[in-house]
Amino acid sequence: MSLAPLLSIRDLSMRFTKPRSLADAVARRPRKVVSALNGVELDVMPGETLGIVGESGCGKSTLARCIAGLNRPTAGDILFEGESVVGLKGARRRAYNRRVQMMFQDPYTSLNPRMTVRDALEEAITVHGMRSGAAVGRRVEELLDLVRLPEGAADKYPHEFSGGQRQRIGIARALALEPTCLVADELVSALDVSVQAQVVNLLMELQDTLGLTVLFVAHDLRLVRHVSHRVAVIYLGAIVEIGPSGPLFANPVHPYSRALLAAAPSLDPAKRRRKPAIAGELPSPLDVPPGCPFHLRCPHAGEICRREKPALRPAGAGLAACHFAEALPGA
Amino acid sequence: MEKPVVLAVRDLRTEFGPAAHPLVAVDGVSFEVREGEILGLVGESGSGKSITLRSILGIVQPRGRVFGQILWKGRDLAALDETRLRAVRGREIAMIFQEPMSSLNPLLTVGLQIEENLLAHTDLDARARKARAVELLDMVGIPAARSRLGDYPHEFSGGMRQRVMIAIALASNPRLLLADEPTTALDVTIQDQILRLIQSLAEELGMAMILVTHDMAVVAETCDRVAVMYGGRLCETGETAAVIGDARHPYTLGLLRSIPRDVPPRTPLYSIPGAPPALSAMPAGCAFTARCPVAGSDCRDARPPLAALSGGRHVACHRLPEAAAFFSAREAAR
Ligand SMILES: Nc1ncnc2c1ncn2[C@@H]1O[C@H](COP(=O)(O)OP(=O)(O)OP(=O)(O)O)[C@@H](O)[C@H]1O
Ligand SMILES: Nc1ncnc2c1ncn2[C@@H]1O[C@H](COP(=O)(O)OP(=O)(O)O)[C@@H](O)[C@H]1O
Ligand code: SF4
Ligand code: SF4
Ligand SMILES: [Mg+2]
Ligand SMILES: [Mg+2]
Repeated sequence: MSLAPLLSIRDLSMRFTKPRSLADAVARRPRKVVSALNGVELDVMPGETLGIVGESGCGKSTLARCIAGLNRPTAGDILFEGESVVGLKGARRRAYNRRVQMMFQDPYTSLNPRMTVRDALEEAITVHGMRSGAAVGRRVEELLDLVRLPEGAADKYPHEFSGGQRQRIGIARALALEPTCLVADELVSALDVSVQAQVVNLLMELQDTLGLTVLFVAHDLRLVRHVSHRVAVIYLGAIVEIGPSGPLFANPVHPYSRALLAAAPSLDPAKRRRKPAIAGELPSPLDVPPGCPFHLRCPHAGEICRREKPALRPAGAGLAACHFAEALPGA
Repeated sequence: MEKPVVLAVRDLRTEFGPAAHPLVAVDGVSFEVREGEILGLVGESGSGKSITLRSILGIVQPRGRVFGQILWKGRDLAALDETRLRAVRGREIAMIFQEPMSSLNPLLTVGLQIEENLLAHTDLDARARKARAVELLDMVGIPAARSRLGDYPHEFSGGMRQRVMIAIALASNPRLLLADEPTTALDVTIQDQILRLIQSLAEELGMAMILVTHDMAVVAETCDRVAVMYGGRLCETGETAAVIGDARHPYTLGLLRSIPRDVPPRTPLYSIPGAPPALSAMPAGCAFTARCPVAGSDCRDARPPLAALSGGRHVACHRLPEAAAFFSAREAAR
């Protein structure tokens, strides 16, 4: 792994302003603002798989969409190979969009139902001028082979495939653009367990052979642990812990990471718990608490936690944002 | 001492479509649930889990045909008419669904919905109903329960709505709770809260439960016994620890091995080839034939019976020794 990051995310924030309801407008109440990302700091190294986990609504997809250029962040910067990509336009924007490909939970919604697989792949290949003439057709065959779709798949329509096969089509279409980085948002979440393994194996293999960088957003913690070199844990739009996958899962430092991992059901019936790992729910991103965003649910919260937001700093094998990272039991 | 059986399902078969070429969604399913026991019904999507639960309550729509026996307190629910069934449904046997939003009425306050259920199934007067509604919301862990009675479902988070659903289900003091993927739409943190809640309520109230899920780990954490379903049939049943620790059926073995645990990071996972068969293409024999690594020539046509092993376990497979050999050879090769 080279030392320069492929992607550097600096103090990234994303706020969505909600349209004001009539009653709010009449009462001249201010517009509500959703703080989806609150100062994300992140380096992604070339060739690595970075897992991203956290509760629903914590900002995983928003971060993924900002990186893929589908959302324009409100503040902060995204550097790709050292260059800012936030304000890119024209040819340079297109070049970046080709190199960073986003894949979605259900490619069904992003695949045109009236286009055969061949048409969809040919379109992707030619729009970006990846091949021309007879080479286009050969590339289609190559791509289908790469994602192991059965012979004859090229001339079928999306609805003729199973969920797992549709994910392969989505992967083939992303690979058609020969990207450097794949952003996989809940790529296998909608698939049955017995089919998930097929797609995950394919992803790991393609990544190794093609040297891809992968951002793997998923809520299945066991799967994230298995595929990721490093993992980032997000809470209310900020990274609370990031580090190498093995140590982070074995010995999480941040109280939230600990709770999240403990809440995931274990396959070992001997490890049953009677009490939930964590009480309460994620606070509304309309109203992010001051200080440590986790203090309302944290069993270790102290006075300082209500006032000061802890910064990410070295802890355990990675980084954690907790005032008491070193002092916590087992740290 | 084994607790008495409260529900016995015998040869349940539920089909749709024309009687001449039916689509059989549940095919010859038999199991028992004992008092206070949590039975996990696990399988991938389309395997027939929801239809099994709906068949028990006689709510298979549209126009599913249910055969077999559903023995509840000495009566066969499958043979009851709609009026008599209604006295059981929602009262002695209650059900909670995966998506609470679709089963809660968006136009009624949560308090009214609980009170409606109390009115239908108990003799409480209006004041007692209100007090009981507060008690129920409190019991399922809704903070400041009294002040939330007047709120509408959309004012609750997904996890809170599921708690409300549980409160409504519990209003009638059911003896059996059918829970259809009650946590599938929730985060692991909230899933954990809901499962622990369900578990402690079942224990406190001595209530039996069938918990439908597609997640083996949820079964491991929550269920006393498990029944693994594939293609509308049961392929393996037994005590949770026994089935997870020492699975015998090729599907259960494959399913458990495709979940990463105790494997070096980024190594290829075991994957079951192909996808589950469509109802219209179900083989006469074993439903798993097309994907089974040890299928033999007899598997396609001859249906393996759910046969008893020792320890109260049952497995439906013609080739158990071959399955054991295949998976232990794979383990050894690692
Ligand atoms: N276009 C938008 N307008 C308003 N709010 C938005 C928009 N997109 C996202 N949000 C809000 O931003 C927050 C983060 O959303 P995001 O989709 O990134 O969460 P997530 O971590 O991907 O959740 P999940 O696990 O459910 O996919 C949420 O509160 C969400 O409602
Ligand atoms: N009304 C219906 N008509 C025809 N087939 C149905 C109907 N309802 C369900 N099915 C089929 O029955 C099978 C089992 O469904 P279900 O019990 O909902 O599966 P699960 O809950 O295990 O995901 C599926 O193949 C489904 O498509
Ligand atoms: S900073 Fe305080 S509230 Fe936040 S995680 Fe650490 S101990 Fe808990
Ligand atoms: S060996 Fe035969 S009977 Fe057993 S699971 Fe495989 S296909 Fe079914
Ligand atoms: Mg998302
Ligand atoms: Mg279902």
